[in-house]
Amino acid sequence: MFLKLQPRGGASATMSYLSPLLAGVLTLLTGGIFFAALGHNPIHALSVFLIAPVSDVYGIAELCVKATPIMLCAIGLALTFKAQVWNIGAEGQLLMGGLAASAVALQLLDVETALALPLVLFSGMLGGAAWAVLAAWLRNRFNANEILTTIMFNYIALYLLLYFVHGSLKDPQGYGFPQSALFADSALLPILIEDTRLHIGILFALFAVVAAWTFLSRSFLGFQIKVLGLDSNAAKLSGFKHKRLVILVMLISGALAGLAGAGEVTGPIGQLIPSISPGYGYAAIIVAFLGRLHPVGIFFASLLMALIYMGGELAQIELKMPLAVTSLFQGMLLFYLLACDVLINFKIKLAGSNTQVENV
Amino acid sequence: MKSSVKKILSSAVLGLSLLAAGGAQAADPFKIGFVYVGPVGDHGWSYQHDQGRLAVEKHFGDKVETTFVESVPEGADAERVIRNLAKAGNKLIFTTSFGYMNPTLKVAKTFKKVKFEHATGYKTAKNAGNYLSKTFEGRYVAGFVAAKMTKTNKIGYIASFPIPEVIRDINTVQLALQKYNPKAELKIIWVNSWFDPGKEADAANAMMDQGVDVILQHTDSPAAMQAAERRGIYAVGQASDMSSFGPKAHLMSVVDDWSALYIRKTQEVMDGNWKPENYWGGMAEKDIIIPAFTNMPAEIVKEAEQLVADITSGAFFPFTGPIKNQKGEIMVKAGEKMPLNNLKSINWYVEGVPSTIPK
Repeated sequence: MFLKLQPRGGASATMSYLSPLLAGVLTLLTGGIFFAALGHNPIHALSVFLIAPVSDVYGIAELCVKATPIMLCAIGLALTFKAQVWNIGAEGQLLMGGLAASAVALQLLDVETALALPLVLFSGMLGGAAWAVLAAWLRNRFNANEILTTIMFNYIALYLLLYFVHGSLKDPQGYGFPQSALFADSALLPILIEDTRLHIGILFALFAVVAAWTFLSRSFLGFQIKVLGLDSNAAKLSGFKHKRLVILVMLISGALAGLAGAGEVTGPIGQLIPSISPGYGYAAIIVAFLGRLHPVGIFFASLLMALIYMGGELAQIELKMPLAVTSLFQGMLLFYLLACDVLINFKIKLAGSNTQVENV
Repeated sequence: MKSSVKKILSSAVLGLSLLAAGGAQAADPFKIGFVYVGPVGDHGWSYQHDQGRLAVEKHFGDKVETTFVESVPEGADAERVIRNLAKAGNKLIFTTSFGYMNPTLKVAKTFKKVKFEHATGYKTAKNAGNYLSKTFEGRYVAGFVAAKMTKTNKIGYIASFPIPEVIRDINTVQLALQKYNPKAELKIIWVNSWFDPGKEADAANAMMDQGVDVILQHTDSPAAMQAAERRGIYAVGQASDMSSFGPKAHLMSVVDDWSALYIRKTQEVMDGNWKPENYWGGMAEKDIIIPAFTNMPAEIVKEAEQLVADITSGAFFPFTGPIKNQKGEIMVKAGEKMPLNNLKSINWYVEGVPSTIPK
């Protein structure tokens, strides 16, 4: 007895809502069996993973802190992916944003002005946008594959950051260690809830979600981007300026990633260090697809991603599970979520049976 | 069935809130948390810290309970992990990488009753101390062994980041080469990582292609040792005993042994006489050990062991003048010892290192 996939001939509306649910149930089941096999109480283990991280105000604040950079990057990426521009460089754009923001913040160490923070954040957006537009320009001018250029730009950005954090941006009083001085308070993001690290960056991310939604569904430019992604020839025939659209989506995407980087250095970190991102730009690629390239989907997907990171940490602390086990659980969840999406466009049939494909 | 599920859930929630309140009962074990930058299986830096944790468990038995979190990125995440460890009732927390310094101090401000120990940094607080090991003492012996064992007079050095610790150790190797084999030349490759087996192996291979026949490393994976074994040359292990990765290549390993320190700190906090300190221990404190000298003639082993004995007793100090910088200026006068505070923040190469510090 073998199973095979048969095209539905169209997306199933029911399944598009059911598939995340199904994935959730499958994850809980497999995870439970897996934890039980390791000698843990499965329900306790799952609650440590999925509930305990957000069981108090501090936990919820941390969830938002962790989700903010992922959300910002993923919203931008979704925009480029919709236009069939494959920006894999959110990580590099984030790093350049963090670097540019830090460079400006370090010039303002002794300046107490309300303009400091906007200036720092704007520099971050500019840094990220410039890095992304460079790749867009290479694509437009030389037909260079942006998948490759953006990946390579990630490495260049990382080494540029290391160059500066080991060099001119290093704290002169830091005994030669690779980190900048701590930023002045005027260059730090204000905290929303006292005694937590929840900063106003989350508001930027929420604003990006709403703005991207409106932009894509209500504006003519957003419509052009969608047409470009669905059928570039149709876009060309309609007279849409293809190259300009490529620049535009990369500009927005880069600026959002840059803002994410600026938000990290002026938010929870408070200085420039060699490792400002544990791979948010890459996680954002998964999140963008997990959210089905839809701003609201991305909102929930980034929160979920942040939750399973935090659950992984708590599982190490509370259950003394090794990192490999927690990563395995995280991978399983993402796998189920993406795999169940197959059922939106396909249905499962026994290999023997001969049913006709439904008409489109 | 349903009620038992409820029971488990409520007990889980209760347990968590109890932990959060830090309400330890008299019979509860003393809880100690560890934060590692790499995986415990790196066979280098984090592995050795975990060996220290296991030594604490072995020494105190039921009286302690330890928890570790591995591969914690040195960015925004570190603060949450350290805080969660404090919230979970750990009374002593070791944060074992430089990048945890500011996050550790931030959490220490909030959790005043918890004691924090941060490795390799320089900041302290009322409830936060820092500690470091004098790897340079072991590295000097490695320089001596390399000087004696090289035939091509080319010594390879895989370096991580240009921070004082790494620059100090490159200097100490150069001082040993100058003394025992002035013809030997250092070739340094920076891999900009503490743990990257791929890059470390690439660096080792590139150096061997240039004729290097002894490889030293200030990175944590055994990749270079394995590469040396394959190509039939010598290597010196770092952080943990790497002899099993290169049965024919291994000359010695500079091992960080945190057991004694971690047991002492735990005892101090349990007894209530812990104080924050800037601790820097070496061979005399048994924090740096060289388990064995292998694959070398007996007379070199004998000389190396004498060197270890002299450094341990204090009869010999590697940074004793005259020491010149690369411009030839005298930095330490003849017969004088370089002050520890200057050593801690060293950012220049001694004369003879054939390259400049990357910026």
